[in-house]
Amino acid sequence: MTDNVQSVGLPDERPPANTVGPIAWLRNNLFNSWYNAILTILVLGLLASAIPPFLNWLLFRAHGFDATSTVCRQDAGGACWGFISEKLRFIMFGMFPWEQQWRPLVTIAVFIALLVASCDRRFWKPWFGLVWAAGLALVAVLMWGGVFGLTYVENTLWGGLPLTIILSVIGLAVAFPVSILLALGRRSNMPAVKVLCVTYIELIRGVPLISLLFMASVMLPLFLPNGVSIDKLLRAQIAFIMFAAAYMAEAIRGGLQAIPKGQYEAADGLGLGYWQKMRKIILPQALAIAIPPLVNTFISFFKDTSLVIIIGLYDLLGTAKAALSDPSWRGFYREAYLFIGVIYWIFCFSMSKYSQKLERDLNRGHRR
Amino acid sequence: MSQAMSQGTKPKHTLSGEEIIRCTGVNKWYGEFHVLKNVNLSVQKGERIVVCGPSGSGKSTMIRCLNRLEEHQKGTIVIDGIELTNNLKNIELVRREVGMVFQHFNLFPHLTVLENCTLAPIWVRKMPKAEAEERAMSYLKRVRIAEQAKKYPGQLSGGQQQRVAIARSLCMSPKVMLFDEPTSALDPEMVKEVLDVMIGLAEDGMTMLCVTHEMGFAKSVADRVIFMDRGEIVEQDTPDAFFSNPKSERTRLFLSQILNH
Ligand SMILES: Nc1ncnc2c1ncn2[C@@H]1O[C@H](COP(=O)(O)OP(=O)(O)O)[C@@H](O)[C@H]1O
Ligand SMILES: [Mg+2]
Repeated sequence: MTDNVQSVGLPDERPPANTVGPIAWLRNNLFNSWYNAILTILVLGLLASAIPPFLNWLLFRAHGFDATSTVCRQDAGGACWGFISEKLRFIMFGMFPWEQQWRPLVTIAVFIALLVASCDRRFWKPWFGLVWAAGLALVAVLMWGGVFGLTYVENTLWGGLPLTIILSVIGLAVAFPVSILLALGRRSNMPAVKVLCVTYIELIRGVPLISLLFMASVMLPLFLPNGVSIDKLLRAQIAFIMFAAAYMAEAIRGGLQAIPKGQYEAADGLGLGYWQKMRKIILPQALAIAIPPLVNTFISFFKDTSLVIIIGLYDLLGTAKAALSDPSWRGFYREAYLFIGVIYWIFCFSMSKYSQKLERDLNRGHRR
Repeated sequence: MSQAMSQGTKPKHTLSGEEIIRCTGVNKWYGEFHVLKNVNLSVQKGERIVVCGPSGSGKSTMIRCLNRLEEHQKGTIVIDGIELTNNLKNIELVRREVGMVFQHFNLFPHLTVLENCTLAPIWVRKMPKAEAEERAMSYLKRVRIAEQAKKYPGQLSGGQQQRVAIARSLCMSPKVMLFDEPTSALDPEMVKEVLDVMIGLAEDGMTMLCVTHEMGFAKSVADRVIFMDRGEIVEQDTPDAFFSNPKSERTRLFLSQILNH
């Protein structure tokens, strides 16, 4: 057995030369078999044929931000960024009175500041709820006005990015706690609660969001007594909350199901009550597990706010479409959709990136 | 394992005679399956009891009934004067006074070792945070793991996790500690560190019910050994009598299997 005993450790060696460096990477990843090599070449060819024309349109042959539609129409081979500069304020703020548009601009800034601050886990304290309440009150004052010398602006005139953000942020913020209750209810031992939650979730999930919005805007008024009317925006907001809550509840239920029985037993064994157990032990773990499907819901929900166009509200997509209906700018839809596409993408991509960071942070230190 | 134990130096102690657990005619079924059959058990304050028996004989079920992690369907269980019924208030009161250590530790993975220990005192006993932390540190010292207080359970070995789990229970100052095979999930080299902590507890006069196959522990620490088979308590006796002179055939069979493998 003495052969197997080493008195001195072996020295560290460098890895074989053909496994490191860019050439090796190319060989291992792009040309490691004949069909991979063919695929690589095909993809490269495709990119080579698609990218130059796109760049030509986007930049090299494009008309600058000062171009008029007449100039653009004479040479249609490039993008017409004059459309964006001409319609920027309309796309961003909709029909909000022109000279008052600093108010929705500040609203956007307030929301972004609140969202960015909320990303920091040090602020995940009860008092931060007050900061949100103050922020939302400020937003309400800015958007509606009618106090502090601000002129009153009806919410039928709201539009563009602030409307998209209001619908999605408030929608998600209200739907989130509701969805937690729904998910807990669905797993409850109390049959009545369970049946109620399951029925609600399955009912909502079985119906397209569009029909829910239609119902909220067309059918709801039928059920209300004469003279009582709920504002159109509020109706859309309620429909969104109902819809998002059902989907998020299912994402959270997935997280709850992944928590081992032993965690419940340990919490019970220590004498924790039901809500203490959920709040301190089960939900923190379940929500961390549910982050990917939750963010998935957030992202699709953010984009789905564009459906309010069918009930006559002008969110970002709505204002872009409306801008295109201006006779002198008709036909510049590529520029319009690319522009709002980029705005949507920035929001959704930030959410996705942040959720990845959050997942990493929550998993740091403890593996399960 | 028994070499690890210091045989013959069993700590002397006298029992108060005060009863802390009383089970009378306890029966339980899982569906049609009769898992506990007419279990009668009385435990005095300070008594150390080892429960053994073949796998599936209902040992876990019995001790889990004592803090209502399982519900019994017939008979009465009274813990420290409180009867376990459907009354949630009573259940929570009993659970505060009864600590439980599980085979798979069941530490809370998202909390640090220290937070695992302070959570229940702060939320259930409404203890100020500073006081809870101070007490938690003293118990962590006692199970010799204080230097890991800021780590997460996932960063510790099995033996360390089980010692934290014991400290977590102790932080609630329980009157009774239940152990359900606390060393069965551990690698052999870690069994002793956990048993040593349990021996220390026994020496301090903690009332303990341990389901375990560590017969060395039973011999050196237990006041009484209970043997269960097919849902019944077949035999109970002092360790000396139990091991040297088992009365029932089933006990003899079990002992021969467990001692001569
Ligand atoms: N939740 C349950 N549902 C149905 N049967 C169970 C359940 N838990 C345990 N049992 C059965 O009850 C019997 C006793 O289990 P247990 O108390 O865990 O035994 P032990 O701890 O002595 O090994 C076993 O036969 C087991 O299969
Ligand atoms: Mg068991």
